[in-house]
Amino acid sequence: MQVQNGCMGNKPVFRVRGVSKVYRMGEVEVHALREVDLDLYAGEFVVLLGASGSGKSTLLNIVGGLDVPTAGEVHYLDHDLTAATDEALTRFRREHVGFVFQFYNLIPSLTALENVSLVTEIAARPLAPDEALRLVGLGDRLNHFPAQLSGGEQQRVAVARAVAKRPDVLLCDEPTGALDFASGKVVLEVLDRVNRELGTTTVVITHNAAIAAMADRVIHIGSGRIAEIGANAAKASPAELSW
Amino acid sequence: MVSVRIGALDRKLLRDIWHLRGQVLAVTAVVMCGIAVFLTMRGMVESLVDTRDRYYAEYRFADVFANVKRAPESVAARIAAMPGVRAVETGITLEVMLDVPDLAEPATAQLISLPDGGSPRLNRLHLRSGRTVAAGARDEVLASEAFARANRLEPGATITAVINGRRERLVIVGIAISPEFIYTLRPASGLPDDRRYGILWMSRAALENAYDMDGAFNRVALGLEPGASERDVITALDRLLERYGAIGAYGRGEHLSDKVIRDEIRQDSIYGGVISAIFLGVAAFIVHIVLSRLVAIQRDQLGVIKAFGYGNRAIAAHFVKLALLVVVSGTLLGIPVAAWLGEGLAAIYRDFFHFPHYEWQLSARGLAMSVAISAASAFTGAYVAVLGAIRLPPAEAMRPPTPARFRPGWIERAGFQRWLSMTERMVVRNLERRPWKGALSVLGLALAVAIIVVGRYGIDALDRIIDVQFRATLKDDITIELNNPRAAAAIEAIAQLPGVIRAEPFRAVPVRLRAGHREKRTAVIGFAAQGNLHALVDLDYRATPMPDEGIVLSTKLAGQLGLAIGDRFMVELLEGARRSEAVVLAATVDDLVGLGAYMSLPALNRLMHEPAETLSGAYLTVDPAARERLYRRLKEMPMVRGVSVKESMLANFRDVIARSLLVQTIANIVFASVIAFGVVYNSVRIALSERGNELASLRVLGFTHREVAAMLLGEQLVLVLVAIPLGFAVGAGICAMLVMALDAQETMRLPLVFSGRTFAFAFVIVATAAMLSAFAIWRRLRGLDLIAVLKTRE
Repeated sequence: MQVQNGCMGNKPVFRVRGVSKVYRMGEVEVHALREVDLDLYAGEFVVLLGASGSGKSTLLNIVGGLDVPTAGEVHYLDHDLTAATDEALTRFRREHVGFVFQFYNLIPSLTALENVSLVTEIAARPLAPDEALRLVGLGDRLNHFPAQLSGGEQQRVAVARAVAKRPDVLLCDEPTGALDFASGKVVLEVLDRVNRELGTTTVVITHNAAIAAMADRVIHIGSGRIAEIGANAAKASPAELSW
Repeated sequence: MVSVRIGALDRKLLRDIWHLRGQVLAVTAVVMCGIAVFLTMRGMVESLVDTRDRYYAEYRFADVFANVKRAPESVAARIAAMPGVRAVETGITLEVMLDVPDLAEPATAQLISLPDGGSPRLNRLHLRSGRTVAAGARDEVLASEAFARANRLEPGATITAVINGRRERLVIVGIAISPEFIYTLRPASGLPDDRRYGILWMSRAALENAYDMDGAFNRVALGLEPGASERDVITALDRLLERYGAIGAYGRGEHLSDKVIRDEIRQDSIYGGVISAIFLGVAAFIVHIVLSRLVAIQRDQLGVIKAFGYGNRAIAAHFVKLALLVVVSGTLLGIPVAAWLGEGLAAIYRDFFHFPHYEWQLSARGLAMSVAISAASAFTGAYVAVLGAIRLPPAEAMRPPTPARFRPGWIERAGFQRWLSMTERMVVRNLERRPWKGALSVLGLALAVAIIVVGRYGIDALDRIIDVQFRATLKDDITIELNNPRAAAAIEAIAQLPGVIRAEPFRAVPVRLRAGHREKRTAVIGFAAQGNLHALVDLDYRATPMPDEGIVLSTKLAGQLGLAIGDRFMVELLEGARRSEAVVLAATVDDLVGLGAYMSLPALNRLMHEPAETLSGAYLTVDPAARERLYRRLKEMPMVRGVSVKESMLANFRDVIARSLLVQTIANIVFASVIAFGVVYNSVRIALSERGNELASLRVLGFTHREVAAMLLGEQLVLVLVAIPLGFAVGAGICAMLVMALDAQETMRLPLVFSGRTFAFAFVIVATAAMLSAFAIWRRLRGLDLIAVLKTRE
């Protein structure tokens, strides 16, 4: 119970209750999630750890308003995401969520600065795009196109794009999955910095157990269930990680 | 177990086709239209040529024609003895006024004699219904089919004709057609009017009697031996007939009906060629973009297939098969469409052209050609794409493609960047990154616009011709032709007729113009220089004042004779004293109908050595309220040979044209829509497949369906907006080429004019088709898999 209340000791931002997700693949039913309960708190850095097929991405998609559960409820503050329409979910993502993808998914026809501006143009109280890029250490690469950037740099642009609108939650799906060790670490440092400096609730999905050391809480998922939730009494800095 | 072996690659092919079915259908539709147009027009041209040639041969259409004032029948034997002449048929012909039941206006008929006892040796008739006239019967006639149909006259009906000053009741005993009058047009009238102009055939003995032409003829037709020189025969014939008042022999080249059919055949083959070329070009383009995309998507698969040891030839065959499949199915579907269109067109042609039997036919050669042409176009489209596929080494093919490189294009470097939103920059950069691709889309869309413009151009040109010829040039309500030149008193008499507001005299004299070795038969029209009812107006409404001296020629005619303003040339007068006189070309007028020659009335009469006021007809403006009375009087006037009422003629013409344009307009709309839809649908569909990931990412980031659609469709909107004005220009260019190609036509020349309505129409059709295809994609965008993008690489 100690752990469930979290180290922040405040009210949960997300409340997930009894969430199940069943995919029908032809004649086979796949239970991706089975009656999951989970709270996420403001400002915490959470790592969702699990093997592929464990259900961690499904959980992230549901929390991020990309998917709806088969059963159960998901609340973001007082928004009921389970009952929301497609338009309402789009608005939710637009106003509250920042996404970082495994393969960056930058717009190839826009420069780093423009990729960030694309999002800040539709946000209510965004950071200045160049400020967001400086935050991720790319102040000198503003006018480069994605094809002119390394993988790690592209992922940092993606992080800048995600945080520039000051989202309430930052959801990262295998953000280092496509990167080498050194670039991956730089990206993790950026995520850590954003979490610390902007206080953005951050959820990182990974199957890389080494990353767990930098989290406030580590949620282990297996076979569609939460197997274990652990808290790090002392968070490691990304620089200390190795894999 | 026995199983049918389909190669694995072929199975892949079938699945690819199923996967791409929307695009495959779009290309197939374009190919289908191209093939349909090609086969329709090709079949039309071939069946016209075939039917005409067979008709001419079976019914012995003559090769040389001549009219004289009056020649003794004994001359016929001397004509027959001329070298190169195979058959001679003499006869009597004249124009008479008709009083047709249920027709207020007087009509005009050309009476032609039929030999008594036996059918003519040349220009034989084909009897549609009823029977032929009895030998010597004075009151029996055969009526031409067009005239009978327009006036709903059946065998047994009676009409009244003014024959040699007497009103005669004539019984129509049969309806007939003749190779001489496949298309009936009154000489010098410009427009067909089957209600008020027709051919009547009558016993020769009866006509000889009525016109005091016993043992004489005034028309002769000659059939030539194969290989005989038409020119030599005409020269000899003219010499022989000169003293009988000949107005000059001519060959089929100047035969009115034959000329119209030749013009039609030429138009059809040019138009069919241009339009099918457009379609097959667009089809090649779409095949190319679809296959290029397929190769791009299947890059890794191709690598694997090649790594397994499939050769380049197998890979190339794989893609070419897809292109061929599209072409073959397009062709198969195009055949019934062509048959339907062809039959529709044939039905219209049967109204214009009177053959014993006329049907559209599928031409085997056309079919073979169309398959070859469309296969070639698909092959061309497939070639470049396939070349890319087989050039890639397997290992490279299996690696993901390098990310697309972008840079700010010239629009942004020129400083427009700061005004562009991110979305607009994406649109601009995507267009600038692959300009040839956008350019091809634009070209495809422009061609769709052009098809409509070209299709409607005919209407605009006709409107202009009618307006120039019948409003600006001839401003009368009624034109009267007299049967003989009359002294000035005649115009006074005409002016006194009921309802006549204004009457102006004119004189028409048949002539042969000679300049060096070139010569041309036509008529000189003399009219009052200060008159109001006839003016010399060119296609842009510029008026040329009538000079007191000298002659004015249609620019076309002057060109044919190689004459420039100020040149002197010979006018051989084929009436009255029949002398040759030298005249000066005083001016030219760039008119649209016929090959006109004009002089002031006194100058023409001076040339004729006749009193200055002599006239052979009159232009009238009349009080509409008194028309009926005027018509009744005209029907009874012996000195009047023909009357044409402008409004009736134009109304009739518009009717006929409207009917014939309906099928064509519908076909054009369908064709242009298919192209526009095909081009837009394919480019958006491909853009969606190339950028699906990008767009889905944006949806994940919180962009709405509408915003994402705007990014995808904005690009197409730009292309459509560029394509439409370009299409106007391309359409106008194609029309200009058509005009040049049809310049040889003597009956009518097409002015290069377009109405705003044509452009508006093209805009609406193409914009609608583009919007429909955008809508199809709009719905597809809803189905974007937002979750998949989080995990997939490209």
